[in-house]
Amino acid sequence: MESSAATQPHGLLTPAPGAGRRKAVNKTVEVLCTIAAALAVAVLLLVVISVLLKGLPAINLDLLTKNPAAFGQPGGGISNSIVGSAILIAIASLIAIPVGILTAIYTTEFAPARISFGIKFALDILNGVPTIVTGVFIFGVLVVGGTQSGWAGAIALSVVELPIVARAAQEVLDLVPRSLHEAGLALGLKRWRIVLRIVLPTALGGLITGAVLGVARVAGETAPLLLTSSIWSNLSYTTNPSQALPNIPVTIFSLSESPSPADHAKAWAAALVLILFVLILSVVARAFHERSRSRLRG
Amino acid sequence: MSVTTASRRGPFDIHARLADRIGQPALRILTTLAGIASVAVLVWIAETLVNQSRPAMSAFGLGFVGHTTWNPVKSTFGAGAFLYGTLVSSFIALLIATPTAIAIAIYLTELAPRVIRRPVAILVELLAAIPSVILGLWGIIFLSPFLGNHLEPFLKSFLGWLPLFSGSPSPYGMLNAALILTIMTLPIVTAITREVFQTTPGELKEAAYALGATRWEMIRKVVLPVARPGIVGAVILGLGRAFGEAIAVTQVIGNANQVKASLFQPAGTLAAQIVNEFPNASPGVYQSSLIYLALVLLVMSLIVNIAARVLVRRRKVG
Repeated sequence: MESSAATQPHGLLTPAPGAGRRKAVNKTVEVLCTIAAALAVAVLLLVVISVLLKGLPAINLDLLTKNPAAFGQPGGGISNSIVGSAILIAIASLIAIPVGILTAIYTTEFAPARISFGIKFALDILNGVPTIVTGVFIFGVLVVGGTQSGWAGAIALSVVELPIVARAAQEVLDLVPRSLHEAGLALGLKRWRIVLRIVLPTALGGLITGAVLGVARVAGETAPLLLTSSIWSNLSYTTNPSQALPNIPVTIFSLSESPSPADHAKAWAAALVLILFVLILSVVARAFHERSRSRLRG
Repeated sequence: MSVTTASRRGPFDIHARLADRIGQPALRILTTLAGIASVAVLVWIAETLVNQSRPAMSAFGLGFVGHTTWNPVKSTFGAGAFLYGTLVSSFIALLIATPTAIAIAIYLTELAPRVIRRPVAILVELLAAIPSVILGLWGIIFLSPFLGNHLEPFLKSFLGWLPLFSGSPSPYGMLNAALILTIMTLPIVTAITREVFQTTPGELKEAAYALGATRWEMIRKVVLPVARPGIVGAVILGLGRAFGEAIAVTQVIGNANQVKASLFQPAGTLAAQIVNEFPNASPGVYQSSLIYLALVLLVMSLIVNIAARVLVRRRKVG
């Protein structure tokens, strides 16, 4: 190599030519990368702090416990949206979590490798389907020709939630050691007993993590609800899912489009409720995830 | 525990055998049905959209995709302007998000002190947990005045000779949407890129260091080439996310049916158009055209997601 000729005149411990420039480039890149990371964290803090600063002054007991005031009247709250959201999320999760976990059991315990791969692929694709498209789909199946309803909204949310829960469950079930299966088989246990009494209890932490992440994701979903559960009579405390249920995301969306500062203040208060719920769930899920993963990995 | 049950009663216990005879097929059938359901939903979505966009399809054909007129009064519809808005806003978002994400991933895998790696990675991922409607609200109240009063006049004064930055600054428009989409795609691209970086074989890195490479030279010559397909997959996945984002974009893009070179101007996207007009659309060709928009969006996201998964997966296997 010609570099040996170039380096010879320099002593053994003298740096090769260009070392200063190379070091400078290296340092520059390192600084830029650090700035990029700081920027991303700063944006997160900026958004969260904005919500806190705008939401905290606007939030009070009335807002959380009262229904919206009649049109044009001051005051009023968002309690009907909180209740509605809770019902929507509960129904969606009652569908998505069992179906998701059962799907995961099928792919890890029963399905042939090819089919298992196909289902995982389909779930990934389903996860990539824009949620507004999911909303249009449920509108086309359940709402068209009839009216919006809490059921339609909840089912739309469950379609969004399903792939998240299922993929997370598949990941933990794959981590359950084969030796536990084999121990069960050696004791003469049938597959279903091994699944119900060995595999699921072992993976429980991870399954809960996936379910919580699914709930956190779905809690903030606006687009599907806009087409399936957004036209509600503003003043009533509807808890009946066969009518359109008021909910927090759509409330924030419509308040944010309003020109009135009072509406914006309410939007921020609702945003504060929602972001606290979502962030706490996300952090809890992640902490759980770390614990159960490290336990499974031994 | 089942283990004690089995040893106490043994496999010859009549009740246990009966339960086995029911339980075994029951669980198998139940899980199989769930598996089928997950795939069936995907097919059902496509089938429903194709079916219900049929009136618009027969009226406008495939030309719908490129046509830029959207006039509910005259019942003439075309997706062109919205397709343009979707593509441009998403590409700009990824243009900013990709280098930033790679830089963050480098920081998280090579530079950061070990104790802060996990916390910082989690903070970046939490960015993805912020509901889009809240990010949109933030875009309306905080980002848009900043853009209209500071960033856009600044860009205009330096780069105003470019068509991209011509025209008068406005708070709502393509640039605002692109920045919000940048924030939404950054955590996804970062997370996948970081994962791909972590799979770089340690021996290769050490070999580069042993040859006297600086850290950046090692990254450029070892980490990045090995990770390239994975990064491309991550970027495409981010693109898919950006294509489909509806709510936050609706809140900040200004929602205009127009194709303008200037990024300051209001525009529209496929998803935002559905959000805007679907709730008030009359059944018939109007509604069907909006469902056609959703179909175009679905096809785009399918292509993008399949491509990304294939790339990311191949990387993991190879």
